[in-house]
Amino acid sequence: MKISAEEVAKVAKLSRLDLSPEKIEQYTGQLDGILAYMDKLSEVDTSKVEPMYSPVDHVSVLRDDVVRKDYAREDILKNAPESDGSFFIVPRIV
Amino acid sequence: MSDLTQLTLSEVRAKLADKTLSAVEVTEAALSRIQATEPKVQALLSVQAEEARALAKELDAQGPDASKPLWGVPLAVKDVLATKDVPTTCGSKILENFRPVYDATAVARLKDAGAILLGKANMDEFAMGSTTENSAYFATKNPWDVSRVPGGSSGGSGATVAACQCYGALGTDTGGSIRLPASFCGIVGLKPTYGRVSRFGMVAYGSSLDQIGPMTRNVEDAARLLQVIAGHDERDSTSVNAPVPDYVAALGEATDLKGLTIGLPAEYWDKGLSPEVSEACGAAIKQAEALGAKTVPVNLRMSEYAIATYYIIAVAEASSNLARFDGVRYGHRDRDAQSLIEMYVKSRTQGFGEEVQRRIILGTYVLSSGYYDAYYRKAAQVRRLIRQDFEAALAQCDVIMGPVCPTTAFKVGEMTADPLQMYLMDIFTISTNLAGLPGMSLPVGLGRESGMPVGLQLTGRAFDEARLLQVAGVLEKAVPATGLAKL
Repeated sequence: MKISAEEVAKVAKLSRLDLSPEKIEQYTGQLDGILAYMDKLSEVDTSKVEPMYSPVDHVSVLRDDVVRKDYAREDILKNAPESDGSFFIVPRIV
Repeated sequence: MSDLTQLTLSEVRAKLADKTLSAVEVTEAALSRIQATEPKVQALLSVQAEEARALAKELDAQGPDASKPLWGVPLAVKDVLATKDVPTTCGSKILENFRPVYDATAVARLKDAGAILLGKANMDEFAMGSTTENSAYFATKNPWDVSRVPGGSSGGSGATVAACQCYGALGTDTGGSIRLPASFCGIVGLKPTYGRVSRFGMVAYGSSLDQIGPMTRNVEDAARLLQVIAGHDERDSTSVNAPVPDYVAALGEATDLKGLTIGLPAEYWDKGLSPEVSEACGAAIKQAEALGAKTVPVNLRMSEYAIATYYIIAVAEASSNLARFDGVRYGHRDRDAQSLIEMYVKSRTQGFGEEVQRRIILGTYVLSSGYYDAYYRKAAQVRRLIRQDFEAALAQCDVIMGPVCPTTAFKVGEMTADPLQMYLMDIFTISTNLAGLPGMSLPVGLGRESGMPVGLQLTGRAFDEARLLQVAGVLEKAVPATGLAKL
């Protein structure tokens, strides 16, 4: 087994997902198969290979530090599930 | 079907420009076609009929504008692209009521070019899938045979163009999501080089793999759409600041394939191709040779590792990107949650579909402490080897050719049970995204057995879309015409 039901449950919790025991069992079987397939990569000798995280070389893009207002607050808040007109409202934290 | 809707984008724009047709006529024809075919095809998640009519009227009142290359042309865009004040769901319940306050750069450029946005095209949820069956709303059907899938994840874009509901569409391609539906629906699809088109306003799946590109009924149409959307954007630091060639002019310069060297990777031609795909693609290569091209065998030895590499990198990036859906600023929120954490968990669990959840979990796993080096870093190393493979092959040839997919479009429901089996359908397309190269699907006729369209894949050097378009443009005229889907 590449991955256990306990590990799937733990990763689901880290991902902020709540899975039923049936779903955990289903995903465990599927992910086990997928991870076993991915193990194929261990055949490849990569000891001298630099990882490639993007096809383009990232360069720092600099611009002048000028304040710019692209969007109005009320427009941004239109999509908020809950708002008081000024802020996003969420359940009490502290 | 009204003849109007069967015109190509290039034809309709010429008729709009010289006032043979008005923007209102063209828009009304497209809307009628949508009304007549949408019950069968289900390509569109939303139709902006009133907005389109109003804009068409306004354009007609102003008269044609030669500075706007898509003046009056009705188009659709995949629902993963932000459209100002117009629903943008990504095929997910979690964004059911989301209306962006801005346009994606590619969408803004279409609008600036005078295009009319007709509708938002269906897709696999967050672009995760190869059939459009993973849409949280409904499955799109293939216009050639509605018992078959249109491919995915840009299946709505492929189907709406193939059904003549609009003159072209934008799709997005993370591992083949433009090229596969283009192949299954018998249209042209182009995934540009990573960095050619701004990703600003495209809801991210795999940020180092995603590109936006055109899906159209012929090569010239693809050149015209790419021309409009390509180029640097200060809002996307990965969009490359390099000159954009005149693609339409480049197309006109090529009349044969003399001097062209085509690389044929054994890995793409030997393994598990259905006989009809092998036959149609093989015949297209013969045509290319008859037009003066030389073919050479090339090797892409790392191909067998591409799917494993791709799915590690894509799910890792997806798990990070989808962390932003937390029910706080936009999207679905569980109203009963008593605490912040409970709200995150319930909102995400209710809002995300099964394949999305599976990929988030897999992505979180391969990035987690203890597994990061074994999976994510390892995949990133193999990714470099895959790119080196392509660089070596493209030093021996100008363009690589092979099939887009081992089969033609399969039946709805045929592949949904086993996710790994579905991932394997991407075998020929995903390496292009890992390497960041441009790739294109060109229809080369109908499969002898299924009668469904077959797509030939062309892969080129980075930022050499002009060459791909030229080669595809010449070949398009020589291969058996695919024609239009009979709906």
